[in-house]
Order: sequence, then C-alpha cells, then structure tokens
Amino acid sequence: MSGWRHPDLGAEIDRSKPLRFTFDGQTIEGFEGDTLASALLASGHRILGRSFKYHRPRGLWGMGADEPNAVFDVRHKGIHWPNARATLTYAQDGMRVASVNAWPNARRDLFGVMDFAQRFLPAGFYYKTFMRLPWRFYEPLIRRMAGLGRVDPDFAPAADSVQVAAACEVLVIGAGPAGLAAARSAAETGRVVWLVEDARHLGGALRRRGGEIEGTPWRDLASQTQKTVKRAGGRVLTDTTLWGAFDHGTFAAWQRGPHHRHWRIRAERCILAAGGIERPLWFANNDLPGILSAEAALHHLHAHGAVPGKKILLATATDNSYPVAKALVDAGADVTLIDSRNDTPGLEGVTHMAGARIEAALGRHGVTGATVSGKHFDCDTILCAGGTTPTVHIWCQAGGKLDWDEDRDMLVPRPGTAPMTVVGAARGTLDLATALQEGKGAGAGGDPAGDTFPASDPATPFRPDTSLPGRQWVDLQNDVTLKDVGLAAREGFTSVEHLKRYTTLGMATDQGRTSNFGGLAAMATLTNRTIPETGTTTYRPPFQPVPLSAIAGPARGALYHPLKRLALEASHRAAGARFREYGGWLRPAVYGVGDEATLAQQEALAARKTVGVYDASPLGKLDVIGPDAAKLLDFAGYIRMSTLKPGRARYGFMLSETGIVYDDGVVLRLSDTHFVVSASSSHVDGVRGRLEDARQDRIGRGQVFVHDVTQGFVTLTVTGPKARAVCGAAGIALPDLAHMGVAEIAYKGGKMRVARVSFTGDMSYELSVPTELADTLRADLDRALTGAEGRWIGLEAVMILRAEKGFIVIGKDTDGQTMPQDLSWGGPRTKRADEYLGKRSLFTPAAIQDTRRQLVGLRVPEGGSVIETGAHLIPNHGPRRSLGFVTSSYFSPNLGRPVALALLENGHAKIGAEVRLFNDGLIRVAEVTPPCAFDPKGERLNG
Amino acid sequence: MQHFPCPFCGPRDETEFHFAVEAGHARPEPAAAVSDAAWSSYLYENASPKGSAREVWLHLTCGEYFIMTRDTVSREVTGSEALPGHAP
Repeated sequence: MSGWRHPDLGAEIDRSKPLRFTFDGQTIEGFEGDTLASALLASGHRILGRSFKYHRPRGLWGMGADEPNAVFDVRHKGIHWPNARATLTYAQDGMRVASVNAWPNARRDLFGVMDFAQRFLPAGFYYKTFMRLPWRFYEPLIRRMAGLGRVDPDFAPAADSVQVAAACEVLVIGAGPAGLAAARSAAETGRVVWLVEDARHLGGALRRRGGEIEGTPWRDLASQTQKTVKRAGGRVLTDTTLWGAFDHGTFAAWQRGPHHRHWRIRAERCILAAGGIERPLWFANNDLPGILSAEAALHHLHAHGAVPGKKILLATATDNSYPVAKALVDAGADVTLIDSRNDTPGLEGVTHMAGARIEAALGRHGVTGATVSGKHFDCDTILCAGGTTPTVHIWCQAGGKLDWDEDRDMLVPRPGTAPMTVVGAARGTLDLATALQEGKGAGAGGDPAGDTFPASDPATPFRPDTSLPGRQWVDLQNDVTLKDVGLAAREGFTSVEHLKRYTTLGMATDQGRTSNFGGLAAMATLTNRTIPETGTTTYRPPFQPVPLSAIAGPARGALYHPLKRLALEASHRAAGARFREYGGWLRPAVYGVGDEATLAQQEALAARKTVGVYDASPLGKLDVIGPDAAKLLDFAGYIRMSTLKPGRARYGFMLSETGIVYDDGVVLRLSDTHFVVSASSSHVDGVRGRLEDARQDRIGRGQVFVHDVTQGFVTLTVTGPKARAVCGAAGIALPDLAHMGVAEIAYKGGKMRVARVSFTGDMSYELSVPTELADTLRADLDRALTGAEGRWIGLEAVMILRAEKGFIVIGKDTDGQTMPQDLSWGGPRTKRADEYLGKRSLFTPAAIQDTRRQLVGLRVPEGGSVIETGAHLIPNHGPRRSLGFVTSSYFSPNLGRPVALALLENGHAKIGAEVRLFNDGLIRVAEVTPPCAFDPKGERLNG
Repeated sequence: MQHFPCPFCGPRDETEFHFAVEAGHARPEPAAAVSDAAWSSYLYENASPKGSAREVWLHLTCGEYFIMTRDTVSREVTGSEALPGHAP
C-alpha cells in the first residue's frame, strides 16, 4: 500500500461521480474518468498481475499502449474483454476485473514457485527441453501455464462492429502539441483534416506537462483545434487507435466506446505526430511493483490525482525529469532525484544526488528500498526516466527507414523513406516550442524532415550494464532478462529478429515498446556492434491489439461469403426443400422430411418413372450478341458454334490456353447474331471474363457484346417421360422441338425460352422466364406435377441422374490436367483448322502421351457396394501406384446397382478390363466401362 | 490497400481489379507452325521484372482489360492505358 489520491489534482476525473469495481474480488473505489490503472494506483494496489514465465509480482509501469504488466480480464454488462490494458480501459461502475496469469490471484499466486526455478528456465527453454517426446505430450500443460488471460469459449462478441470507409485530405495521427498544431494549421488553410488520437482526451504530453501555448492555456489550443477542424469539414476521433498504415495512403483505425467502429481511412497526406515513449532503466529487480515510468507518474498525477508513493526515488539523466520531481514534491511526496550526470543543479525541496546511479531495487512484493551507488536507501517507489524512444511504428509500417541519431540517442525517421510527414517527439523533437513550430509548418504543407535539430542538452545515455549483479529485466511482459539476451548472443542468435524469436523479447501486446531498445542496446554491447549495425525488428500492424471482431465487422458467418439465393427460395422452402451450397449458390438438395440420401434416391427414381422438376436458375445465361458473336464463340470455344443453326443448341467446351477443360455447357443460338452461353453455375464469371478477354484483345468490341443476364431469369427444368404432358397441363404451349431445339414462346403476357436440352438423359425442357414470371411458372408446374404423379427434385437427385448417364461436372469429373480428348471429345482437335483458345496446347508432348488420364465408368461386381469417391485406381500387378481416381460415385436407383465415374490412365483402351481400387487400406475390384451406364443409346431423350 | 487507375473509371480500390497477364506477349499462330518451345515460352515464361512492369489487368466492375505500368518494388503506379486501339 503506497499509492494515494491527491485531494485536489486530477483534471480528468469527476469527483462528484464516484464509482466502484472489483479487482480480484476486492472492491476498488474510483471516480468517473479514472482508468483501471489510475484507480488501482490511487487505491494503493501494487500487485496487478504475475509475470508470464516466472510468475513474479508485477505492478503498473506506464500510461498507455506501452503498459507491459497491467493486463486484465474485464467483465462488464455481459461483455467479456480479455487482454485489457489497465492504462487504456476506463473504470466503470460494477466492472469485474481480474488479474491474469495468477492463481488464485495476483497477490497470492501459487505458481510463484516458478521464480525459484528460474535457473532452469533460460531463453530457448522450450526448444531445448521439450524434445524427447512429441510436442503434443507437452502442449496441454504448457498451454495451461502460458499466456496472459483466457478467452471464454462461450462468449461470442456481437457482429455489430460498424465498418466505415472514409477519405480525407490530411490525416493527423496523434493529438499532442505537434499534432494539434498541425491539424489546426491544415484546417485553417481549408483542408479536410482528420485528427486521430488514441487517448480519450486531446493533448498528449500536454495533459501531464501542461503549459501555455501562444500565451493561453494549452487546453485552448485543443478546443480551438477541434473547432477549426470541424468547421473545415474534418473530424476529431478520440479513443481511436490508428493501428495500421497500408498502401497508397490507406489507414486502419479502431474507435472504441459506445459507437465503436472500424475505419478505413484514405488520406491524401499524412502527418505523423505519435509522440514518444519513455524507456526504462536497467538494474537488479527492476521489475518490482512500485517501479514506474517517470512520465507515467506525472500523467497519473495530473490527469487523475493518483500518486504512486510517498517516498519516491527518481532516476534520470535529463532535465526533462526535473518538472516531474517538482510536481511530485508540490503534491506532497518526498522525492530524491538521482541524476547520472555530474554537476547538475539541485531543485528546491528535492534531495539531489548528482553522478549517481541506481544499482538494485529491494523488496519482495514491491519496492521497499534501493541501492544507489553502493548505498542503501529507503523508498516505496522508483521512477525511471531512461530517455525517449520516438513512436515510429506507423512510419515503419508505411515502409519508412530509421536513422540512428547519436546526439539524441534515439532512432529517428530517415527523411524521404515513407510518404508521410513526421513532427514532434515522433521525430525526436522533445522541445515544446519546436514541436509546435514543426506541427504548424507541416499542417501548412511543409515538411521539417530537412530541418536540422536545434541543439539539445546532451543526455548521458543509459545502457544495460551486464556487469551489475542480480536479475535485470529487459522485457517485463515476456520475462526476458539481460542474462537471456546474453545467452542468445552466446548461442549465436545475434540478429535482432533471431533475438526476438529466441527469447520472445518484444512480443505480445506491448510489442516491445519499453523493451526493444534495451534488448537492442544490450545485444549491440555484447556483440561489439553499434546500434544501427544491430538494427531493429520489423514493425507490422497492428500498432496495438485490435479485436478481430472489429476488423471482421459483420463479415462473418453467413455474411463472410454471402451465397447467391434463388428467386424462388421461399417457395421451395414452403414445398419442403432442404438447402445446401452448390458452387456459391444456395439450392435445394432434396425435398421432404427424412433421410437425405433416401429422399434423393426416391426423387431420382420418380424423375425417370414419371417426371421431375428442378430449379436450374443458377445455370449461366451469357448473352453474346452482335455480327461477330459467332466469330467470338468460335475462338473462345473448342466446338464451333458458327455452324450452329438459329433455333438449335449445341454442347460445347471452353478450354484455357493450356488446353485444359475450363467449362462445359450448352450454347443456344436464338438468331444469327444472338447466342446464349449456358456456362456452369459456378463458372459464369470466369467464362464471361474469358469471353471479354477474347472480345477486347482479339475480335474487337465494335461488333459483339457479352452480357451476363443469369440472375435476370428463372429456369425450371422439367425432365422425364411425362415432361411434355406436364408442360401441357401447366398451360405452356410447347413448340414442336426436336432434341437440342430452342424457341421463344409467349407466356402469361411475357416471353419464355424453351430449350430441349437434357442433363439427365431423359426428355427435358428447360423453361426460362424473366424473374417477374417465376412465381407464376412455378405455381403452374406445381399443379401439373401433382396430376402427373411427378415431384420436385433437388440437386442430389440431379447428380445421380447425370452420373447414371456419364455426364460430367467440370472440376469434379475433370481435374487440372483434363483435355477434351480425355473426355472422348477429340473430334474438333483433329478437324478444326482455325485458331481457338487452347489449340496449340492440345498437341504438346504431354497432350499426346498414352498415359493420359481418361474418363471412364466403373461397374462393381454383382452385389458390390458403392465405391468411395476419391478411391485410387491401381495396377492389377506390379508395384502399387495411382492410375487415377474415382470422381463421382452413387447408387443408381434406376439400375439397382452402384455407378461411378473415374479418371483412369489410358482408360479408353481399358474398357472391359478389370481394375483394382484402393481406399483407406482396402482393395476391391471393378470393371472399366464406358461412362454412360443408363440408356446408352439415348432412346429416352425422345420420351 | 492500393488504388489502381482504370482508364475508363478512374482511381478505384484494388479489390475491384484482377491481374490478367504480363503485357506484350503476342500469341504465336497458327498452331501448326508454333514449336513446343515457343508455345511453352508464350504460356509460362514471364520477365517478372523487379521494378517497372507493364501488365494487363482486368477491372472487374466495368469488365475492361487495360494496361497498367507499375513498380513491383515500390508499388507505385506510373501509367494506365486502354488496350491498343481502344480509346476510353
């Protein structure tokens, strides 16, 4: 218990609105405006969690996204928020907050015994230890012990994150002094400015350091900027993390709060004013609760009136820390300033030690003292000011490079390497007046990149000292000590990227904000390299953790990849249809109640006995219109369509230029200049693209057009011996059509296209009407079906029917090597003299070898069961290898035996032969047959 | 996410585009006169330059193929034009 609440200070809390929440079951009191961190700090709680590996007690370090220790599990109003940083989460009345990685709680963690085993847990411990048995033996235990927090498997966040795409002229990232100045001056020139700030309040460092700007209190600058930006049409987003910079000025931002949303912002210009983060110091036990960043202490004091302790040591090497010491003394704390520099002037009311350094922190569950230059000191808090690291994440994400600035002891953006302007502390400018000047200039269109830095007071840089005794922590969140860095260096993991993977330094939610520099500096020292030689790890989005639900937004579940729906879906459902996805379309699989496979068998039987009707609307309808239509289809297709007579249909293939069958389908010729290509339902877009390719690049656009009108029509296919009768009973005046005939007829005040093409082998009429007439046609057919003892059939039955006939489905019965001759369609290949897509590929050595896999049928011995789809065909003698595989396999209710299609090496020559099938260790035999098993002469096509 | 300029529609989001082919490969014809090597070169051999590349892209939403010149390293787009003979 050392932290306390100052009676007056705290500009961002409302003392008239007290609130209570629980932390590990204990009630904590705070005020509106408190973060969990400030409320816990003010209430005197120090142990806020246990460390990742050794389960050491840990307390608050920072004030924002840099916080490595205080990571909580928060539940409030039915929402479970794992991985909440205490510094970024605002306290709310009734919140239940739990520490992580500790059992039963952070104060009394029984896993604390891990700390005594530290000698046996060096860096790379997993890689070295868990080798003897397969990983799966260790994984469950390690998973239970590792990680920060738990995800409640029952909790699914609502898919209500709004996603907004936005654009602005100037995006300003960070609303500290430089960002405010930049946003204001840009808005003053009439630009549409978006100012994005991670915190709930504008001001950045001004919130803790205060001060006057242009003679008025800094809050005036903040409110003026806000007004100016809004007046010019811009926006100010607070509580918003700009988490990623992407190509061509795209940025992603996550806005928290009641109107939480995810922004994709396209900015013409970006000004980065992300500020900087304070580095820690390295001494023994520098991870004890009660050791904080000096800037964070100042922030919690001014924003929330929370003071970390009564007897405070402040270790620094820069004048920047003197105001911190003064503020704490003014607040009533006893402060000792330890300045590593010699000859620094003292400060009134502050005990001053020049040329001293802190060597160890003392205490078990929190700081009780320290060793300073060999002497013991009593204290309850140690504040560290180890220098500043510019926040360059967004700069680096955008491709920016860094330069080492020796004078300032920091890595700063290298001018011209990323398309954004950097101002303020993000480029190393710590002086307020200069930062304001840079911001103002950048907002007006300038770039301070070329400016030389004003002379700053020379800081004595702090570096990790490996000669100090005791355990010095480099990364608090991942429990990496200086010794681990030393071990990595000794074992050759000297690249920073290797160091990161080997020791986990710089990983997890804080992404090394406080640790990367220490690790890098230690590695540089250990390997006798400079810091630029050692390099930095890659910065990748997100800048800080963003819930995946925010990024996904509503695009999940059924909305992740929305299915195409039939115009008649509701009617089919009313008729008992059970839907499934087929090639991106939601279509009836079967109709009725009961076992799906049984229903499909019944439907397939009924369709051959009497009549069946199925919804074939997804079938492609690509209108190819114009004088050059035949020319286009001749080139883009394998089978000539220019010789097709109007009123007729022809089965065709489309090949890719590699000669592989890309799609099949029937082409209808309605007139000399009008064709309709019935592409497979899942290939419509692809076929259209290929037709457009040939049109634009070869045939010419002037004389032919391609229109995809698939979704403008509903197609119901009537198939079976009673097809003609059912159409008649439905009131459709069928024209006299031979097989493969097409005609347009009048229907109920509109037009109907009737195509006598068959995918089932039975007499079939494809009836296509504009969507407006869909319900009428369906109702008419439904009535007629009942009279004919027919039924609606789903896609499962259609698949059985087509497999009985040996009709293929591209991509199922063909693969990425199948050419038309493999499907017994070798005619055009040998006969066509003109050019067509894929032609030359059909004559390559690979295309003519006799080991090509060809489409065949398979027949199992009498009484045999259905073959497993995917079973391999293997030689009858000799070494076992795959000769091909089974592509489609069903029980045929009409033949009373299984049927199957397969791709078989040199299959056409093996018709009648026996072949062995291998599946899941079992071998059986089958006879190779032609693909068509049912009505091979095609007599049923005529009813 | 990048912006690509369609010569017909102007700058649009990259999700609306699809890469088609490297520009400048003439289809060797007639088939009977094309060697296996020439054909396989046409199908599979690309310059894939590091730096400036001329490529055919498809703007899915308007259906137009066009030629885009872009830097494969910096991803900067330096040119966008309709296929030869087709002014936008």
